[in-house]
Amino acid sequence: METKEQTISRLRRMAKEMRIQALQMAFGAGKNGAHLGPAMSCIEILAVLYGQVMRFDPKQPNAPERDRFIPSKAHCVLALYAALQQSGWLTGNELATFEHNGTFLAGHPARDLSHGIEYSGGSLGMALGFSLGVALDAKQKGIQRESYVLLGDGELNEGSNWEAFLSAPALKLEHITVIIDKNKLQYDGPTEEIVPLGDLAAKLRTFGWFVQEVDGHDIDMMLEAFAQREAGKPRAIIAHTVKGKGVSFMENAAEWHHSVLSQTQFEQAMSELGAGA
Amino acid sequence: MIELSAKNVRTCSMLGQRGSIFGLALPDLAQQMEHLRVLTADVGILSGLTKFKHAFPDKYLNVGIAEQNMISIAAGLASEGACVFATTYATFLTMRSFEQIRSNLGYLNWNVKLVGSSGGVAMGMSGNTHYAIEDIALMRAVPNMTVLSPADAGEALKMAYAVCGMDGPAYLRITGGLNCPIVYRGEYDFQIGKAVTLKEGHDIALIACGTMVSEALKAAQALEEEGISSTVINLHTIKPLDTAALKQVLERHRLIATVEEHSVIGGMGSAVAEWKALLPDAPPQMFFGLPDAFGKAAEQAYLLEQYGLTAPQIASKILERWREIGG
Repeated sequence: METKEQTISRLRRMAKEMRIQALQMAFGAGKNGAHLGPAMSCIEILAVLYGQVMRFDPKQPNAPERDRFIPSKAHCVLALYAALQQSGWLTGNELATFEHNGTFLAGHPARDLSHGIEYSGGSLGMALGFSLGVALDAKQKGIQRESYVLLGDGELNEGSNWEAFLSAPALKLEHITVIIDKNKLQYDGPTEEIVPLGDLAAKLRTFGWFVQEVDGHDIDMMLEAFAQREAGKPRAIIAHTVKGKGVSFMENAAEWHHSVLSQTQFEQAMSELGAGA
Repeated sequence: MIELSAKNVRTCSMLGQRGSIFGLALPDLAQQMEHLRVLTADVGILSGLTKFKHAFPDKYLNVGIAEQNMISIAAGLASEGACVFATTYATFLTMRSFEQIRSNLGYLNWNVKLVGSSGGVAMGMSGNTHYAIEDIALMRAVPNMTVLSPADAGEALKMAYAVCGMDGPAYLRITGGLNCPIVYRGEYDFQIGKAVTLKEGHDIALIACGTMVSEALKAAQALEEEGISSTVINLHTIKPLDTAALKQVLERHRLIATVEEHSVIGGMGSAVAEWKALLPDAPPQMFFGLPDAFGKAAEQAYLLEQYGLTAPQIASKILERWREIGG
């Protein structure tokens, strides 16, 4: 039986490996480029979910009671594929096919339950509503499962999210956990300069959600948050993160939303993460 | 007005169709048009709008990732006399805000020019959510909507000026990316609604739009080498159709082929077919386009080859059909 400290250590190692894997996939994608900045901000979130919190079994991919990770911020894809490899859904060889013609591992995930991919994301603002359907089904059938939905903060510009935010508490769907990857950047600049979100926690609380705020790179804090619940309410965890976290020249840099890694940049990034290139 | 020259068609090509509109045409137009407005749904930098934003801050607005709001705001501004350009990726522009387009721009006929980038499968490895395979179909079905697809970046530049000179909503479908293949090497007569004959022949007619015009020209060259004389038409205006030009083309050729980076359902080929069906006697039509399917994501060039949309493949299929019909 693992102690809490051991869990945190294990998940930190997992997160570090996931960062390295994300860089390798991105570099291998060549001139196609990849969403490195967005992946790096949610590495710890996915490590905690896939490494500890979510219940699933790669040998039973269709089990109705499996927890679901539903990426609305589907450009988290590098972090997702790395998490899937870490948790037994994908092999290292499969990761190496990322964005190569003929691959099933494209720049946005395509639903494939045999590999643990639940949703074909890419068009922002749609997956939260989808998760309401999944949760409604579970409630009606009496199945115990949780849907974890990752949203971006820029993504919250999309109105369709707010239809779902209004609807979930009204339907009393408590087995939805939204994680908002609040890295404060969107394509054209800082989120607070384009469409300010203001006090997001207060907004969601008034809609009827149980809301917590965490440092999205603090594994301990996140483990605590995922253990909290308020009866009858869906949950939202606002994770304060850094876009490009872990690689010095990518941190808070809007241009690393989707970019091509040069050989030099790849080597520098890998060396910062303590890996040989 | 910026006119095309041997030199600046290369600049346009480098910028691509979108960059030529937003980086060249609009900053020029903004000098003379006080009532010009440009809206984007968070793709300003990608669209080459940084220069415009700094030069004309009061004429520019990024509404964030909110396409429905963008179209609604555009309509509100246009209702008070503005000439508004609104842009994001073709798929999100035409689909997320389709009803706003239809009921605000179409129904109320507001002066909003929609620029949808990355038409077809230009987004490559970003996959199906980022492809626009049905945008022409959607826009065509909206009353009052003019639907345009420039063959190259120089034509995109000319289109920007042309749509400013017309009243009412228009959809400009951008295809290709940076380094857009050049079709026009200098100035030519561009008019909305007037198809351009790029090559005159007498056996077969290829009717194409967008960057597929370049492929059609190459396919025509390959057919010449097989002794088949082809005409190539750039149908840059899909709505309203240049029925006078099409009538001439259909009367003088024994086989036509439409070529587009769009679903074979509802696009330019369908527009031609609908009109052709009204004629008592017309040649058979081959449809070159994207299949009615969501395939695996891949690079654009790989997909176009998979779907038979390269010049050698187009020429080969046309040759086969030509022989079948006794040509």
